[in-house]
Amino acid sequence: MDANVIVNDENQEKISIVLGVIGADVHAVGNKILNYVFTKAGFNVVNLGVMASQQEFVEAAVEADAKAIVVSSLYGHGEIDCKGLREKCDEAGLAGIKLYAGGNLVVGKQDFTQVEKTFKDMGFDRVYPPGSDPQINVGHMREDFGLMI
Amino acid sequence: MKIYLLTDFGSTYTKVTAIDVEYGTIVAFGKAFTTIEDDVTIGYNNALSQIYQQLGQFVLAASLACSSAAGGLKMVSSGLVPDLTAKASRLAAASAGAKVMKTYSYELTEFEIEEIEAINPDIVLLSGGIDGGNKAVILHNASIIAKVAGEFFVIVAGNRSAATQAREILEAGGKKVVVCENVMPAFGKLNIMPAKAAIRDLFIANIITAKGLDKAAAMMDMEIIPTPLAVFEACELLSNGTKAEKGLGELMAYDLGGATTDVYSMADGMPKVPNSFISGINEPFAKRSVEGDLGMRYSLTAMYDLIVEEDGGASFCTAGGFAMGAVQSWLEICRNDPSVMPHNEYAKYADIDASFAAYAIRVGASRHVGRTQKIYTPNGEMLSQEGKDLTQVRYVIGSGGAVINAQNPLNIMKEAIYSPRDLNDLKPLAPKILLDERNCLAAMGLLARREPDMALRIMKDSFVEIG
Repeated sequence: MDANVIVNDENQEKISIVLGVIGADVHAVGNKILNYVFTKAGFNVVNLGVMASQQEFVEAAVEADAKAIVVSSLYGHGEIDCKGLREKCDEAGLAGIKLYAGGNLVVGKQDFTQVEKTFKDMGFDRVYPPGSDPQINVGHMREDFGLMI
Repeated sequence: MKIYLLTDFGSTYTKVTAIDVEYGTIVAFGKAFTTIEDDVTIGYNNALSQIYQQLGQFVLAASLACSSAAGGLKMVSSGLVPDLTAKASRLAAASAGAKVMKTYSYELTEFEIEEIEAINPDIVLLSGGIDGGNKAVILHNASIIAKVAGEFFVIVAGNRSAATQAREILEAGGKKVVVCENVMPAFGKLNIMPAKAAIRDLFIANIITAKGLDKAAAMMDMEIIPTPLAVFEACELLSNGTKAEKGLGELMAYDLGGATTDVYSMADGMPKVPNSFISGINEPFAKRSVEGDLGMRYSLTAMYDLIVEEDGGASFCTAGGFAMGAVQSWLEICRNDPSVMPHNEYAKYADIDASFAAYAIRVGASRHVGRTQKIYTPNGEMLSQEGKDLTQVRYVIGSGGAVINAQNPLNIMKEAIYSPRDLNDLKPLAPKILLDERNCLAAMGLLARREPDMALRIMKDSFVEIG
């Protein structure tokens, strides 16, 4: 039995996702929590940890054949750090990969609808405000990948 | 007297070094043309007869050999992302002592079939995708490799979920296939030892015979290994030491040859300055890189092309104080006769030859060591380090004919030291430079398999500090 293959109802292989804290951000706690929750939820998590560059996200996703990239950012520079990630994915042959961003993505207390719009305009599929329950993201991923687990 | 015979079947010369078992010293040396086309043992016996002339009769303790004859162990490696599995595949092949002719990343194209056929490799190392990751690219590449004409082995060391299928594709194309563990089973995690072992096993079991070395192999007390692997093991021993004697600690070594420049580092390479962090993969403590476009004879044209590409050769000529015309004449002479030395009638080209050697060391070093890049963050300036930080390495060893026979080896070897010209290269800042005057690194790597203490002592005694 291949250890990389988990058995669920459909007997499919695990879906790989890439997780990390983008840019020069060193906030590690949220990253560890997300890693735990996503792994528990049955995903194969490639965790880049903190201070991950866009290039690292893209390269990891290519090698892992990932279906989603989950970007966290807490230090307020998320908008600058995330700009161009979708285009890099397209360039690397990752067309259609799901991009999720969450955390304290922008400087100051801005209206979240505006933040969400900014990130969706940059090509992100789903955007999460500070303090979101990771389970919501898990639910969204299952929905996006058509998983019934 | 009891003697170890250590033989290095080189592409041009077969060199035999005799070690006195009792005293642990080099007592004789013989050198003759390698005769791989007819019968390799002719050249071996010629070199051996010189040993007999020098020593008279002796009792043989053991005869050990390595080889880079008949093109050495030529390999092509491939992976998916250049900085990840492609780099891992190259590291694996280089650490096994192969001459890595080319490393491909992403999908191979039809155009590259011809290129690989022209390289005519002994082994192709196919990797790509972490375990459970991307399968499409390695399977595509397997189908391309299956179409490449030629007698070669394929080692599949990629995503293991794709390994069986890749093997089937390759075998359907008539290739001989070995499957081993992934060179990068998880993101950023290197696992090059299984591929290294697979390469070594293939070399011993098949390639020795294919290269016409089987008759020589039958005369030895141990399997013949690739020469760079012997050098690699000598460097490891010199760095780590033995139970009885301490090694030199962190070191680098350069073997400047006619076809390639080989660079070795035995050092952890972790960041040495505050505020730096490693990006990309953690390279191994013992690392070898091999540069096929930096060689003093067979690859001199390729090196010349690099120099011209930089700035038309202007800085090369200005620094050396010679004219481009003279450089081209020397290039032509070397092309016609790869065994030529810059002596006698060619003595006027000695400076040019030394400048080429210095260039090979400089570029070989730059490609081997890591580099840093400044990043401005809200927490201040940080350094992103890619590859190994070798700034604190204490010893740099120079080996190979072009270095040890040069009038001023220090001028060549100091290109291995940090210079503000290549600002971000993490070369050693203030190492001691040792010269392998007797060119015994490969022989000591062989001896190390039987008598590590003796090999360590001989290296320490015979290396000369020049700077």
